[in-house]
Amino acid sequence: MPTAIEFFKLLPKTNCKDCGQPTCLAFAMLLSNQKASIEDCPHVQQEAKETLAEASAPPVKTVKVGNITMGGETVLYRHERRFDNPIAYAISISDNIGEDAIKERVAHVKSLSFDRIGMIFKVDLISVKCASSDPNTYADAVKLICSEWEDGIILETDNTDCIKAAMEICKDRLPLIYGADDGNVDALVPLAKEYGCALGLICKDMDNAVDLVKKGESLGYSNFILDLSPKNINECLERHTIARRAAIKKKFKPLGYPLMNRVGYGEYAVSTAVISTLKYGSLVIFDDLKSYEALPLFTLRQNIYTDPQVPIQVKQDLYPIGNPDEHSPIMFTTNFSLTYFTVRADIEKSKIPVWLQIVNTEGLSVLTAYSAGKFEPERIVEAFEESGVLNKTDGPVIIPGLVTRMSGKLQEMINRKVIVGTNESRDIPKHLREITSE
Amino acid sequence: MSEIPDVAEKYTGAIEDVPIGKGDYIAGGIKGMPFLSFENPVKRRPMIAGEIFDCLEGYPQLAADMFDGRQNDPVEWADMWRSMGADIICIRFAGLDPSKGNTTPESATELVKKISDITQLPIMICGCGIPEYDIPAFTKICETVTDTRLILSKVDEDEYKKMASIAIANNHIVLGFSNLDVNLAKQMNILLTDFGVKKNDIVMDPLMSPLGMGLDYSYSVNERIRMAALMGDKMLQIPMVCDCTESWNVGDAICDDDPTIGDVKLRVTWWEAITALCAVLSGADIIIMRGPGAADMLKGYCDELRGEI
Repeated sequence: MPTAIEFFKLLPKTNCKDCGQPTCLAFAMLLSNQKASIEDCPHVQQEAKETLAEASAPPVKTVKVGNITMGGETVLYRHERRFDNPIAYAISISDNIGEDAIKERVAHVKSLSFDRIGMIFKVDLISVKCASSDPNTYADAVKLICSEWEDGIILETDNTDCIKAAMEICKDRLPLIYGADDGNVDALVPLAKEYGCALGLICKDMDNAVDLVKKGESLGYSNFILDLSPKNINECLERHTIARRAAIKKKFKPLGYPLMNRVGYGEYAVSTAVISTLKYGSLVIFDDLKSYEALPLFTLRQNIYTDPQVPIQVKQDLYPIGNPDEHSPIMFTTNFSLTYFTVRADIEKSKIPVWLQIVNTEGLSVLTAYSAGKFEPERIVEAFEESGVLNKTDGPVIIPGLVTRMSGKLQEMINRKVIVGTNESRDIPKHLREITSE
Repeated sequence: MSEIPDVAEKYTGAIEDVPIGKGDYIAGGIKGMPFLSFENPVKRRPMIAGEIFDCLEGYPQLAADMFDGRQNDPVEWADMWRSMGADIICIRFAGLDPSKGNTTPESATELVKKISDITQLPIMICGCGIPEYDIPAFTKICETVTDTRLILSKVDEDEYKKMASIAIANNHIVLGFSNLDVNLAKQMNILLTDFGVKKNDIVMDPLMSPLGMGLDYSYSVNERIRMAALMGDKMLQIPMVCDCTESWNVGDAICDDDPTIGDVKLRVTWWEAITALCAVLSGADIIIMRGPGAADMLKGYCDELRGEI
């Protein structure tokens, strides 16, 4: 975003007040804070308008594939501001493997879906790879996949006849066409433009990326995702970093596009995806992904794309751990996800079944929530009543050691034995074993 | 001539060189953000510390299964790490706590000497966390083992003077721990240097939270620490140690009764490897690893990231 002074230079400087502001400078300040639109000034020159529009565009273009938004980032490090648009993961299916095999593959892709504290981790896109080079076979495969799969699609081919045939079936899903290189960029850009779909540019190296983007832009289109074709994870890190720094710090537009990687399967594919997830990737297409690779990778994406200013929260609820019964103890803690995960892991370690009640403290940890008045006996009793935990077990209630002070009041309110727990989560297993052996 | 602008940052700071072991290993010395060859001419690989224990009380069976029985003899265990290419042996003396084992200051010293002689690798020693037992053991070890520079793990702002004194007196290195915060990390380094520990006798542990359990915090705290150091903050120009073994406490990583998330050994290996990749990409100079598979993967990635493959 340009500064107020940069805006001011382009305004007529007549202080005519037609925009509703007392001076052009005041108007410029609103513009730089995105509180006014340049259209509010009736006197500004068309040329200046275009300059301003260009200058205030985000340094990395936003591109849509299906209903997924890619790019649009404005910072290099997530501590400056959260990363907005999470990287998408796709798995490819070849068009010539037969109907049953295609259905099986779609089912496999769908099976890579995990529900984690109310968030669904899943594969975002299926990339339909054209191995047949036959428009009919390809269109049939796209049709079958679309009937089995509701989310986004990538048309992985450079065969224009196949693309056209497939588009008749899936153009509403706004698929990505992947992709164009030096040899066919002239043919594929107009085609992508016709359908308004994003086009992957397969670049040999950084300079080739600049050439391809410029060529594409000269054909009147700029809906691109760049594959910088790294040959190892160092090149992936360096090329992505150069592209993103050039776009954000140097305002170098030809590299201001979302970045993608096409990998295979197995260790090298996953490690490339990890680098791409950390450093500026918007899309990785795999040949395949196993569940033991997918869960940690999806967890990484979730971690990297959380807002560093807002703690991740767990839903206020009763979480049974290890099949607790009508005599199992009740523990409770805050809904700050880190607290929840730590306490949960330590309870699991003890191998003793527990009813774990999570209390909504707006994501604050135990002590912070307590001092902010968000972790008080009243709130805790409310949560107990909501979940009905006191009717599920006659076991004792274990109170976090850090808030021992409220144990008396809590005991009075619920009329149930309250045991003082540990200060540190890591001491939970030992403590649980002690109290259950009594 | 390429028209792509030069994006290399001109940093004014660099990470201290900290000589460890018998002087042939140096931690730190980095001059740019990790693995960017266009701004960081020092192509030093982050060092991998293989974790072993003096007693197996509380050590997960899942991990023990990966060492084929060698975990029963700490010396053999350490030598296995050496043969797999570890750069440091991290010995955790859990057994100094009498409720867990029967390690004495003498037996601990003997073990450090043996492992140092056999592996010839630098050694990091970690106490059981109870100063009453750790201080006498560390005193004995540090006074006796003088032909290699040990890393003493770990001190925090409440409890650092005794351990720092032992390190200063015997020319060893102190690992300062801080809890996930740039300013706390800096504060710990200031406390240690004010106490008289030389800047290149310190390494720091800003707490590496594993994947799925706070990695987002650690990744950004590490990046901020490293950037501040490169931009000239002298009190953060200290090599960073990231302990990735906490990955073995994450429920999703070690859960073995849910077939929809795949083989637990492969999953925990990926869990630790990804945690470690995030550590080295955010600036870690020394990484403590538990699983041999994950350590091996990390080593391969680091070589590749340095442009060696």
